Amino acid sequence: MRGTNGVGPEPPGVTDGVLPLPALLGARISHSDIRELRGPLLVVGGAHGVGWDEFATIDLPGGAHRHGLVLEIDQDLATLQVLEGTDGMSLGGIGIRFDGRPLHVRVGEQWLGRVCNGRGEPLDGGPPIMGAAALPISGWPLNPVFREPPANPVLTGISVIDALMTLVQGQKLPIFSVPGMPHLTLATQIAAQAVSGGESFRVVFAAMGLTHADIAYVRDRLEQRSAGGELALLLNAADDPVIERILTPRIALTVAEHLAYTEGHDVLVVMSDMTSYAEAVREVSAARQEIPARRGYPGYLYSDLATLYERCGRVRGRKGSVTIVPVLTMPAGDITHPVPDLTGYITEGQIVLAPDVAARGIYPPVDVLSSLSRLMRSGAGKGRTREDHLEVAAQVMSALARARQAAELAELVGEAALSDTDRSYLSYRTSVEAGLFAQDPDEARSLDDTLGRAWAALAVLPDQELAMLPAAFLKRYLPQRSDRT
Amino acid sequence: MDRVAGAGQGRVVRVNGPLVEIEGAEGLSMLELMALGPSRIAAETVAIAGTRATLQAYEYTGGLKAGDIASASGGELSGFMGPGMLGQVFDGLMRPLSSAPMWLGTGHSEAAAGTPALARYWTFVPTAAVGTQVTSGDVLGSVPESGAVIHRVLVPAGVAGELSWLAPEGALRGSDSVAVVAGRRVALTEPTPIRRPRPFRKRLTDAVPLHTGQRVLDLLFPLARGSAATVPGGFGTGKTMMLQQIAKWSDADVIVYIGCGERGNEMADVLDGFSQLEDSRTGRKLLERTVIIANTSNMPMMAREASIFSGIAVAEYYRDMGYDVVVIADSTSRWAEALREFANRNGDLPAEEGYPANLASALAAFYERAGRVTTLGGTTASITIIGAVSPPGGDMSEPVTTDSQRFVRALWMLDRDLAYSRHYPAVSWTGSFARDAVELGAWQAANGQPGWATRRARALALLTESDRLAELAEIIGLPSLPGPEQVLLLGGRLLRDGVLMQNALSPHDGYSSAEKGAALLDLVFDVVDACQRLVERGVAASTIESADFGPVLRAREECGPSDDAAVRARGAEVLAALEALQ
Ligand SMILES: Nc1ncnc2c1ncn2[C@@H]1O[C@H](COP(=O)(O)OP(=O)(O)OP(=O)(O)O)[C@@H](O)[C@H]1O
Ligand SMILES: [Mg+2]
Repeated sequence: MRGTNGVGPEPPGVTDGVLPLPALLGARISHSDIRELRGPLLVVGGAHGVGWDEFATIDLPGGAHRHGLVLEIDQDLATLQVLEGTDGMSLGGIGIRFDGRPLHVRVGEQWLGRVCNGRGEPLDGGPPIMGAAALPISGWPLNPVFREPPANPVLTGISVIDALMTLVQGQKLPIFSVPGMPHLTLATQIAAQAVSGGESFRVVFAAMGLTHADIAYVRDRLEQRSAGGELALLLNAADDPVIERILTPRIALTVAEHLAYTEGHDVLVVMSDMTSYAEAVREVSAARQEIPARRGYPGYLYSDLATLYERCGRVRGRKGSVTIVPVLTMPAGDITHPVPDLTGYITEGQIVLAPDVAARGIYPPVDVLSSLSRLMRSGAGKGRTREDHLEVAAQVMSALARARQAAELAELVGEAALSDTDRSYLSYRTSVEAGLFAQDPDEARSLDDTLGRAWAALAVLPDQELAMLPAAFLKRYLPQRSDRT
Repeated sequence: MDRVAGAGQGRVVRVNGPLVEIEGAEGLSMLELMALGPSRIAAETVAIAGTRATLQAYEYTGGLKAGDIASASGGELSGFMGPGMLGQVFDGLMRPLSSAPMWLGTGHSEAAAGTPALARYWTFVPTAAVGTQVTSGDVLGSVPESGAVIHRVLVPAGVAGELSWLAPEGALRGSDSVAVVAGRRVALTEPTPIRRPRPFRKRLTDAVPLHTGQRVLDLLFPLARGSAATVPGGFGTGKTMMLQQIAKWSDADVIVYIGCGERGNEMADVLDGFSQLEDSRTGRKLLERTVIIANTSNMPMMAREASIFSGIAVAEYYRDMGYDVVVIADSTSRWAEALREFANRNGDLPAEEGYPANLASALAAFYERAGRVTTLGGTTASITIIGAVSPPGGDMSEPVTTDSQRFVRALWMLDRDLAYSRHYPAVSWTGSFARDAVELGAWQAANGQPGWATRRARALALLTESDRLAELAEIIGLPSLPGPEQVLLLGGRLLRDGVLMQNALSPHDGYSSAEKGAALLDLVFDVVDACQRLVERGVAASTIESADFGPVLRAREECGPSDDAAVRARGAEVLAALEALQ
């Protein structure tokens, strides 16, 4: 399977020197023939020898710097998107130094324990991160024949997820939410608690467009894991430059790929909020006057999101994996909005949070029946989690579907008019929600605890309703009649 | 193939992602392949105006500068076709991915020249006679490969005349000559342009079914060999699962699976899964009849556009050897998006939702490459195309969905509500169609299945009727329905859950023989008839309702994939139990 040419541990573009970025930049000539400023875009003339997608440093009068990426080359004109925006800039007095290559980032274990802004610059008072290798932040597509199908679970310690929509190493599983729901609490809880069986586990958390209050919460909640050297944090705040958000997830993923495939860790990347990211993409597209597809988003949004989400995976013959949990808020709760819709077309399932579940006081407010981990079969069951896991999950789900019907019926005809069986489903619902689904935001449950709770909830139902469970499992795991309430 | 230096060389003047404009290249022709810049990025000529030309680059154009050299290859986008393609994975430009590096950067194009199949030795068995006149499509000899598909070496299209030399039986490399026809050297593996349809003698119009092994398709919405079907559905409705099931179980000789702008993990899954599963008809691994074209969503977008044509070209290559080929394209929407992306960058006037005005004709041209034909060599062979469509927001009125429906013979519409209630395959019986159902019914009647058409008609009627009654029952309450109508409601449920639902992950249920499908349908009909007799006899509908229909519902999972006898035996038991009801 192994290719014949250029199969190194790192993608092409690795530089071995330890020369810091600014030193490289300084060597370049400065271009000052600025022709146009429009939205986040800047057009510079006389840009001979500048390549498409190059990274550039923009020197402002007074010594400040901004950064840009080349979006188009037309003869000697180069169009750049300015990551910090063009506010306050004028045509004169600007110097642009091109880097001669796309934006690279230094990668390595040095990221662990660090807190940086959305461009990867330290926010924790520490020195700039100086990994041994620099990699282009866009990465390279992983050759599909080198991919190993995802397998083995990532256990989040959150019952509803571990039991019913198990996250699998190498999977991408988004959280779909609506504004006002505790998705950030959930995402942070996952980042703080998740582990994989045995191997070393690392987390990269990329925040995009979060409020300062949220950022303070995230930093505080993840402090312990960060101090333990297991977590890297990239924070782009709501009032940070919008366009910078285009870099944040890419830097996070570049760091993660290195930690996974070179250092051999199982890496979880949590990215929140992808809706803010997509808005940055839309802003650039609008400034370029591109033809929009749906709701003003560019037609390439699917491909753009795919270049992020597809960076999850496992590689044949290598240790390590990259698992991605993107978080996104659906504007007005609309799942057909381009951001959740296109995400759903790329990811392998979804965890949906619902206001009506939250209204019943359940945290995490997961709408179990609309959620699905498409790869659960590869990560759960005998030899992966526990022999009864898949069957018990299927039974919990199907009983839940039946309980919902019973609840709807009860609303029409009144609970008293229900059959005994239907009534048992109603009490099953209460017990599964309280015993299995509801959990404290700082509570981590073992898988045995979680599955035990699932069995306890099922025990509320009459035996003949547990048809999906083999007799051997019923005997081994079902709480005895006498214990049942 | 390289030209004289200077001719066909130009310089890059504009780079906008995959859109590249060059100046000064003379004598370029449309579709000509160019190499751009020092890393020789592959690009295709799509417009020429004076000395300026617009190119569509197939790889990441990062670092490409104004002034970089653009050199012409003199040829069109081509793939090396010969023995050794089965079981292999290619990218959208027909370059073998097994010899590409782990990270796909630019410039692995050169790897195509080093295709492992070209360097490997194959055993050639000549069958033609030296000195005779041969024409395009005639068999020169064959190469046995590992699987059940025998590789036939043909006289290439456009070549005819005296066969003056033929390689003797023995070992040949892919790049070696097998024959000389009318003075032209014929190599075992030849570069083949992917955009040009390969010629055939004539199209055949009679309808012969493709058995897919998926009951809802084979029983209700059948597909004829050599026709085309489209599968629209929102995310998670089961498009990929269904297409993979068809790729695994349909009774074709060769499968071309095009992963166009979809997931890398799915490609790994196909590779893994197909290399473990056995084709029950030949006893060989499924992978040995499959060619995979993988251009995942994170690979360069424009190569998606080419991947569809690469897949069709491979299919035509095997069709010309006399095989029935099924092309699976998941998803055609990603291909259409690539068309849109390039058209937008090129400043073309957009039509609906930003798609170029030629979207419909591009889709038509794609689906028209399906067909059951007499090949140039005189055998009957076919290409069946099945394309998934991923409508944004699940909106079935968007252009790719609506346009595709116009050019296909079968529409398998996946329904979000069915999928969310875990009814898989979520093929909607109200939104789908099969234009050739009548002709296929006639074929079934002529081939030992006289009851096929009647069964289909009854099943469709039962579904419609029970849907109508379900709506009614919601308003007036189930007990208010007359007994016979309650039985129809029950029948609809048995038909949906016991026959149409099919669990792709189950060893017994993943594939269903035509006989098992028919037996399951008959079982449901017999149960409905028996229940109607009970109602006539005065048995209460509620008593019938509470009878145990578990054996009917579990028959699909509990009886083997081709075990219609077990289904029928079970039917006898169920009916006996029903007869005992009071
Ligand atoms: N026949 C089936 N049997 C069992 N499960 C199925 C079946 N079809 C679909 N599913 C379930 O639905 C999930 C999604 O199916 P699939 O990946 O085919 O959807 P899709 O329409 O291709 O989605 P996308 O557009 O996002 O690619 C599967 O992971 C599986 O859990
Ligand atoms: Mg799919």
